[in-house]
Amino acid sequence: MSVLEIVAAAAIGLGSLLMLATAFGVAVFPDFYTRLHAAGKGDTLGQALVLAGLLCLGGDLTLVVKLVLIVFFIFIFNPTATHALARAGWVSGIVPWVRGGQDPGAPREPGA
Amino acid sequence: MRSTDSLIVRYIARRSVPFIQLYALYVLGHGEDGPGGGFQGGVIFASSFVLLGLANGWGYGRRAAPARLLDPLLPLGCLIYLGIGLAALLAGGAFLEYGALAGSDDPEVRRHWHHYGLIGIEVGVMVTVSAAMATLFFEMARPARVQARVDRVGEEADRA
Repeated sequence: MSVLEIVAAAAIGLGSLLMLATAFGVAVFPDFYTRLHAAGKGDTLGQALVLAGLLCLGGDLTLVVKLVLIVFFIFIFNPTATHALARAGWVSGIVPWVRGGQDPGAPREPGA
Repeated sequence: MRSTDSLIVRYIARRSVPFIQLYALYVLGHGEDGPGGGFQGGVIFASSFVLLGLANGWGYGRRAAPARLLDPLLPLGCLIYLGIGLAALLAGGAFLEYGALAGSDDPEVRRHWHHYGLIGIEVGVMVTVSAAMATLFFEMARPARVQARVDRVGEEADRA
């Protein structure tokens, strides 16, 4: 195995681990915002790491350019989508979860 | 600025439009030898206008894809398709037999013209599909105040 192949295996493995952590977070976290927190960060970095690993495995120039473009756009659009979702949730009045189920304060009016 | 407005979403939506449209053309060009083609390319192309309308407001998206531009494009795509089909018929082949457009019996030349004809009808499909998808979205998502204005104009036209 060449050095590049080892780097690729490490990146793909780490990326897969991050995706797994993301899926785990979405499954077990208590509410909308915390789940979004897990999905938004883990997904972006996980996909980028997997694609970077594939990049190390080489291929022709077209393939490399396509992979770099995919990583570039994921890094722009994934956080934007997360931002839009979280904002929409806040505007429509979803109350953030608080440890121990304490009263998170007076119910907010939607759009406040 | 309403509380639902987000500068980030508006900016990213505006800046991503040319990339989406370029990708639509890429999908169109791949229809011959892979997944893709006129329909998929057209839907992706229209989605750029849908994104503009969703992120920046109905009016902003409609100004980018106004009805006076989209309405003629709807039949134009069909006419491109039909025109290429009939051109093959006039050139002595069957309907949509693109090879006949070459006007030559050389199989190599006919093969090239087959590809040109195929791309031509895919462009026709893309024009109609993208215009139809954008029109569908903008007509169904029309805000109440715009609808009220349209209705008033229609009633005045009826009275006149």
